[in-house]
Amino acid sequence: MSAQGKKFFLTLAALAAVLALLPLVVTNPYYLNVLNVVALNVLVVTGLNLLIGFAGQISLGHAAFFGLGAYISGILSGSYGWEPWTALVVAALVVAVVAMIIGIPTLRLEGNYLVMATLGFNLIVTVLMLQLDDITGGPSGYTGIPSLSFFGAPIATDISFYWLAWGAVLVGLILARNLVHSRVGRGLKALHEAPLAAAASGVPIEAYKVKVFVVSAVYASVAGSLYAHYYGIVTPGTFDIFKSVELVTMCIVGGMGSLWGGLFGAALLTPMPQLLAVVEEYKDIFFGGILLVLLIFLPQGLVGWLEGKRVRPGGRAF
Amino acid sequence: MGFGDQLAQYVVSGLTTGAVYALVALGFCLIYNATRVVNFAQGDFLSLGGLMAYSLLIGAGLPMALAFPLAIVAVALVGALLERLAIRPARSRQVMVLIFITIAASILMRGVFKHLWGKQALALPPLSPETPLHLMGATFTPQNLWVLAITLVAIVALVWFFNRTLTGKAMRATAINSSAAALMGIDAHRMTMYSFALAGALGALAGVLITPITSLSYNVGVIIGLKGFAAAVLGGYGSFPGAVVGGLVLGLIESLTAGLISSVYKDAVAFVVLLLVLFLRPGGLLGVKGGNRV
Repeated sequence: MSAQGKKFFLTLAALAAVLALLPLVVTNPYYLNVLNVVALNVLVVTGLNLLIGFAGQISLGHAAFFGLGAYISGILSGSYGWEPWTALVVAALVVAVVAMIIGIPTLRLEGNYLVMATLGFNLIVTVLMLQLDDITGGPSGYTGIPSLSFFGAPIATDISFYWLAWGAVLVGLILARNLVHSRVGRGLKALHEAPLAAAASGVPIEAYKVKVFVVSAVYASVAGSLYAHYYGIVTPGTFDIFKSVELVTMCIVGGMGSLWGGLFGAALLTPMPQLLAVVEEYKDIFFGGILLVLLIFLPQGLVGWLEGKRVRPGGRAF
Repeated sequence: MGFGDQLAQYVVSGLTTGAVYALVALGFCLIYNATRVVNFAQGDFLSLGGLMAYSLLIGAGLPMALAFPLAIVAVALVGALLERLAIRPARSRQVMVLIFITIAASILMRGVFKHLWGKQALALPPLSPETPLHLMGATFTPQNLWVLAITLVAIVALVWFFNRTLTGKAMRATAINSSAAALMGIDAHRMTMYSFALAGALGALAGVLITPITSLSYNVGVIIGLKGFAAAVLGGYGSFPGAVVGGLVLGLIESLTAGLISSVYKDAVAFVVLLLVLFLRPGGLLGVKGGNRV
């Protein structure tokens, strides 16, 4: 195994160890719940970071994929009595097809067309969630979603969901790392460095970009399904355009295109609204202000900053 | 009321909102041409225009002829400040980062608006008393006419500015090739700042015109801003004539589908149009075909 690979799996092992020990310290259900939400965000952001880092594209529609995963899985198991795990897989397949429909026409274009398309898509999905109230429950949301189960044991408590969600994160990180080091990953890296040279060497750029976009949408869908079966209720507001913005923000603050960046960004920003609740009145001002300062002065993200610092001690990362 | 009258009614209201979308779309184009950045704070310029006008008119008791232009100038200043304090000092020149800087600025601005003006709906009076007018079976208010007329004046003024004044020409030169413009002695930073100021002014104008019809609140610009964005894409992102055509066409499509088919999905129509344009004709109605601009 390469030195890089060793470093990845060592870091992963360290993370797993911390995660295994954390419930010994954190027993308060409120904090466990926050950790669970962090896990789901990390999962979405890991997928999103693959897209940003390797296809050089931003999606402002990942909250919609997250939401579709939640609603499809929730409705199939709640209204139609499907086995929740089956519903989760079917939801992911549907989302993959939807992502393909959006990605194929827009990713062949030069420029930021995917941002525009995904933005529009997210807004449409929100309107549908609100208006199709026979199916979705409308503005008040869809309730009565059964929990997932593990060999017959329901995953209904905060602590059991903690193991499931963070387990999913670890698997998600390993899969993402494998994708990065696969033929597709190398092709996309080449594309990022020198698009014309990559195309000339026979890298099927468009197909690879679509592939990464679909994979990232599936990450969001799975996280959404997990969310739905954990809470038992889903509401349209959870999956609106502002959530999409928040998810991309997590990538940028953590470190765009870095596997660990998503983890940092989500862990830092997810509890932010709760932390800022003490200054309720000024919440948006603080959040917007912090974000603005980070983006202006630390655009490489926290992970990039840490790594840059190691390479050039004492010097500025930029 | 016959079908023809109804149709005329939808056309009038469609053109009115369409004109406002056009103003917003023009703001998007200005900043895009100068920086390649999609400015997501454009909608907040609109909110701020309405809010400032409200405070100057009702709060400070200024006459309308003074309050509205002052509000527009104030938002132009905010636009310039956005460029000067957030875009120019940014360490990264990556378009994605700059786009997210405008998003962060948008969140920050909405927080400030909410703090200063509160969450409740405010009412900005129309430019002249609300006596309904009748024309070809359609009933409309003088405000409809004001919106269309002032938008037209603004467009003519912009055309004049970009073709006849030195600053306008310098801004165009910077948009086409900023390094070449800099070599000719044009201060590219300053021109970019002017683009932001002008975008702010256009947004504020849209706010002053439309909020008497919709209603005024700290976040009224969010959804209108996004629709103005869809209009810019429909017309051909970055094209000025495209922004105007895109705005009007989108306003008409929205009003006609709401009137003739169903108003339930009114807010989705603009974005369905957006997706269709991107899938079928990404260059937009008046933009370059294909969108493969290298």
